[in-house]
Amino acid sequence: MKVFQGAYARHNQTYKKAAPTVRGVVDPNESKMVESIAEVLKKCGIKDGMTLSFHHHFREGDYVVNMVMEEVHKMGIKDITICASSLGKAHNPIVPMIEDGTVTGIQSSGVRGKIGEAISTGKLQGYAIMRSHGGRVRAIEEGDVHIDIAFIGAPTCDEYGNMRAVGGKSDCGVLSYAVVDAMYADKVVAITDTLVPYPNLPASISQIYVDYVVKVDEIGNPAKIATGAAKPTTDVRKIMMANYCTQFVINTPYFKNGFTYQTGVGGASIASTISLGEIMRERGIKMGLGLGGIAGPMCKLLEEGLIEKLVDTQDFDLTAIESIKNNPNHYEITGSEYANPMNKGAYVNQLDFVILASLEVDVNFNCNVVVDSNGMVTGAQGGHPDTAAGAKCTIVIAPLLQGRTPAICSNVTTVTTPGETVDVVITDYGIAINPRRQDLIEAMKGVKLPFKTIEELRDIAYSIVGEPEPVEFGDRVVGIIESRDGTIIDVVRQIKPFEFND
Amino acid sequence: MNPNLNRLRRSMMFLNCQKPGLIKDPYIYKPDSIMLDLEDAVAENQKDAARYSLYHALQEIDYRGVERVVRINGLDTPHWKEDVRVCVAGRCDSIRIPKVESAQDVVTIEKAMEEAEEEFGVEKGSILLMAALESCKGVINAYEICQSSPLLFGVALSGGDYTKDLQTTISGTGVEFTWARGMMINAARAAGVQCFDTVFTNLDDMDGFIAETKMIKAMGFDGKSIVNPRQIEPTHKIFTPTEKEIIKAEKIVKEVDEKKALGIGVFTVDGKMIDIAFYPGAKRTIELAKAAGVYEGDL
Repeated sequence: MKVFQGAYARHNQTYKKAAPTVRGVVDPNESKMVESIAEVLKKCGIKDGMTLSFHHHFREGDYVVNMVMEEVHKMGIKDITICASSLGKAHNPIVPMIEDGTVTGIQSSGVRGKIGEAISTGKLQGYAIMRSHGGRVRAIEEGDVHIDIAFIGAPTCDEYGNMRAVGGKSDCGVLSYAVVDAMYADKVVAITDTLVPYPNLPASISQIYVDYVVKVDEIGNPAKIATGAAKPTTDVRKIMMANYCTQFVINTPYFKNGFTYQTGVGGASIASTISLGEIMRERGIKMGLGLGGIAGPMCKLLEEGLIEKLVDTQDFDLTAIESIKNNPNHYEITGSEYANPMNKGAYVNQLDFVILASLEVDVNFNCNVVVDSNGMVTGAQGGHPDTAAGAKCTIVIAPLLQGRTPAICSNVTTVTTPGETVDVVITDYGIAINPRRQDLIEAMKGVKLPFKTIEELRDIAYSIVGEPEPVEFGDRVVGIIESRDGTIIDVVRQIKPFEFND
Repeated sequence: MNPNLNRLRRSMMFLNCQKPGLIKDPYIYKPDSIMLDLEDAVAENQKDAARYSLYHALQEIDYRGVERVVRINGLDTPHWKEDVRVCVAGRCDSIRIPKVESAQDVVTIEKAMEEAEEEFGVEKGSILLMAALESCKGVINAYEICQSSPLLFGVALSGGDYTKDLQTTISGTGVEFTWARGMMINAARAAGVQCFDTVFTNLDDMDGFIAETKMIKAMGFDGKSIVNPRQIEPTHKIFTPTEKEIIKAEKIVKEVDEKKALGIGVFTVDGKMIDIAFYPGAKRTIELAKAAGVYEGDL
């Protein structure tokens, strides 16, 4: 592996794509239906040392990872690498399998909950590799990771493997992040709880990639897959930051008819979508493209005609799921189309704005979204580094203090998104523009917003809660933060229990 | 005279002294005053812990020019003396005395405050007082209370307790406060102190809050007690002169100054008859605009 050389260092580089081993299905009489997970594991030739892949479209409602791994565990298989688009608290039951050596490698956008603790405390025998959504697709397509068996939970599927994200009991809207698994894994297993008549069209993932189909009782908990529309925040601090964000956006030269935009699902992001919508309405300005993970407020703007097209890789609530089903201007794209840095041009490259959050931002504008200020792996890169690298104006919203910990600091605990791709940091105490962006500094002259330097923001944070002592780590590297281009941007070391100084 | 006696106090936000998350940086919301509460928000067996947290907050946190008012416990409790000592030792800006019913109540606190100032070496007169009127007796004695001390900057209506004493409830129409509000603003103006309205606790009814705040502004009140940062911006909007009002006030002040020199008593501004009687009101508008940071003129 190489060390990070800069966010755009691999531009123009050529490479040959990896390829899976494909077993041709020529005989029209062959059925793809398999009775159980255990049986399909045998048919796929499960053995020690394999890499199994999963997607995270069922979010905290996912049953698939645990269901498959339980069978793997029962079979006494060891040394498995889980390569998931992301893992969450729903996957806490994997921890004993990490402890007994069933699972020795984890590759994911990030982890939350007990798996994060297991990684940080050194229980995982191998490394955890954290990749962005775009970086994961790149790693699979370039052959950095080879998937032996992909298990794809599908809300609906027919007997020949056409998978759709909509309908069924565990409706998740899109299957964007699972497409690369289907195309590059040696064996592809569709797992569904809702078998539908052939052909299940339009398919998110086509039959041509699918070896086997297993029907189970439940693939997820709908209540945790998609929540009802989140009530807009009433937290004045978040609303204040959202308004700063909106004021910043509308004063840039990019805010004009047809602008492109991505935002998250945090309180401040949602509030800024709402306040931006008001200004778009007032001024008659339409968004040409809304990208990425989608939540209700963006769908409402689409419905109202203030957004021309929503291009979706993940659905965060029921409104988003309903929207992709019913609104012809709401499209599903693949993870590669969304953010892969080494294809011939991803959607993120076309972004004018992305609004992000961060656990920590340092005075070089580096962001950390994976490791908390105690050194514990607790978050996910998601599309953070991808959209930051792609967008013309990358805005990070973070409160100056996360509890008693400064979010704006001298050095982030772990770099996950390089500062060269981050243009603006918005806090409740003021806004800092990256000095690399003199054009934005120029554009904001005369704009009434509380501008400060990033060092000033850090100094205010330190003046309030003091400068924290650096987190102490052990020597052993437990995790690798892989940049989206496949280089190493940082590592995570084993946590060292805190001890008070005398 | 303490220069803070007549400072701008459009909003006074209640904060529980025991909640570090609340008291660590409320200035971010830009209220004119915060009111750190030792009284009703703090459980009886937590009074000492709250005082401890209050003292350190006052000593450690830079509230960036926001007035730090502390609501102490009432004279009918065993806590108020220690509360006053902590307020003085921590050097707050003002003390809010709850349940005031007479001028003597204010004098009692003033005396305790003087003793504490002596004890902690704090400059006399540097900490101001305000009185909350929470009973029928308190409201009826509003005028004597308003005149009770040179350190008293104002009086505030406390609606919850007052309605109980009136043997009614808060209706949402404001009818139960009609007399108290009228009495208090009249007494405050007669005595030359400020007057603040009670809280509006239904956070989901922003329209009701705005309507009530507009009404008390029209009655003459200087500001409103608030319970959530959401209420600050609308309150300030209502209590800050509009651009139109500022321009008009500026014209009046300039014209009066000019015409006075020429010996002219009555003249017109924008087609309306103006005389010297308009001068103090116009001056007040300019002063208010200056204090609120929205005046950019040269007066």
